Amino acid sequence: MLKINNLHAEVDGKPILKGVDLTINAGEIHAIMGPNGAGKSTLSYVLAGRPGYEVTEGSATLDGEDLLALEPHERAAAGLFLGFQYPVEIPGVSNLQFLRTALNAQRKSRGEAELSGGEFLKVARAQADGLGLNMDMLKRPVNVGFSGGEKKRNEMVQMGIIDPKLAILDETDSGLDIDALRVIGEGINRIMRTPEKGVLLITHYQRLLDYVQPHFVHVLAAGRIVRSGGPELALELEREGYGAIAA
Amino acid sequence: MSSLPIPTAKQEAWRYSDLDAVASVWPTPPAEEIHVAAGESLVRVIAPEGGADAVVIADYVVDVAAGGRCEFFILNTVGRLGRITIDVTLHDGAHFELGGTIIGGGTQTLEIVTIVRHVEPHATSNQVVRSVLAAQATGSYLGQIAVARDAQKTDAAQSVKAMLLDRTATANAKPELEIYADDVKCAHGATVGELDKQALFYLESRGLPPAEAKALLLQAFVAGAFVDLADDAAREMLEGRALAALEALL
Ligand SMILES: Nc1ncnc2c1ncn2[C@@H]1O[C@H](COP(=O)(O)OP(=O)(O)OP(=O)(O)O)[C@@H](O)[C@H]1O
Ligand SMILES: [Mg+2]
Repeated sequence: MLKINNLHAEVDGKPILKGVDLTINAGEIHAIMGPNGAGKSTLSYVLAGRPGYEVTEGSATLDGEDLLALEPHERAAAGLFLGFQYPVEIPGVSNLQFLRTALNAQRKSRGEAELSGGEFLKVARAQADGLGLNMDMLKRPVNVGFSGGEKKRNEMVQMGIIDPKLAILDETDSGLDIDALRVIGEGINRIMRTPEKGVLLITHYQRLLDYVQPHFVHVLAAGRIVRSGGPELALELEREGYGAIAA
Repeated sequence: MSSLPIPTAKQEAWRYSDLDAVASVWPTPPAEEIHVAAGESLVRVIAPEGGADAVVIADYVVDVAAGGRCEFFILNTVGRLGRITIDVTLHDGAHFELGGTIIGGGTQTLEIVTIVRHVEPHATSNQVVRSVLAAQATGSYLGQIAVARDAQKTDAAQSVKAMLLDRTATANAKPELEIYADDVKCAHGATVGELDKQALFYLESRGLPPAEAKALLLQAFVAGAFVDLADDAAREMLEGRALAALEALL
């Protein structure tokens, strides 16, 4: 599904990714861990097409389609979803209006029928309920005045509504209380753990992986994947730190 | 008909205007006079229509008697020159509210010019102006506030924000305070900015094409000028026409 090959990227002329290789097949959940500043968020932004992140070498494809040649909204329509480490506040734009416009733009570009206001509200309500986010919060401006944890819940509600093929979730667990972590973990499994979808979880802690068990764990350090393994690798990291691996 | 000599750029109120366009329609008709009686209130919604070559100059002289209230909501998007001026005199405890939006592109010159005269105590005024300018457009808000010597407890606020879609567009925001009383509150804020790139990327990453993402952000930006318009139908009309004007720029 996702194939990343020898990916190099720089920000403001500074090389950050230095040859990332990663393949995620349909039905697989991968976790990326790694020290602060390793380039994890950079990888997620490069895949989503954030301006200012320049790819200097390598390739990335989603189901054979060249991701790097697409605009950010086209990548979304192709099935890519990025859960932001720091979700953005947008005053004056209601969550519901924005999501309905976004979802319908995606459906339109895939040649699918647009959802009516009523149909959309049904989908939104189901996802908000499933993730414990009050419907009133979805009527408010995007993330404005949301607590850190509420922003992360909102990211997952958006993921549920959009129903992507591949989700890259950048530290979705940070800022969540213990109960929210469980709700979000179950939400990720419910929405994304299917044979035709894929997930890339970026996280610092095993606690999320207790709920969303990955098939593979990778360590990204200084812009490269320096080690890959099964779920046991996360436990080893938790015990021993990055010192021995990432040095 | 005005017998005044044709304006020049030396006059503060005209210095950013398109004087060729002004000359083409000079002399302009006299200002419309509006009287708001004591304790009464009046709401005016002004949204000129016309083609790209239109020259629109509309002048209002308003007198608000004690305890009266006057609200103007303006959508200024039309013509080669679109200029709306309001000269308001506020008596004891009167209030003036302005919600103005300027949306322009091409080589348009769009202006909102106000003089608010607080001539007696306890009068209040609140002016909110939002401008979105693209290409070589010039958008100006000239807001003069004159507070007479015995107009104590005057409260006059101005909030002016402009968004430039291109580096070649120009926004002018000129507050001018002339205050002869000492117990007076005048709050003024003016900013010129560009679209928030982070917000744009966030919206696009959810599947919104760039033009739709920009329209959504700009719509929210200009809506700030119309929030206090109580008449839902009028507000929706202004918002709808503002959106159409914004989409034409993107
Ligand atoms: N605009 C920029 N200009 C210069 N350097 C940048 C810029 N943006 C990011 N970087 C650098 O790129 C490196 C990778 O940052 P990134 O956010 O990808 O790290 P990360 O692995 O996600 O870290 P964390 O675990 O703290 O979230 C960091 O050293 C960061 O300082
Ligand atoms: Mg990060």
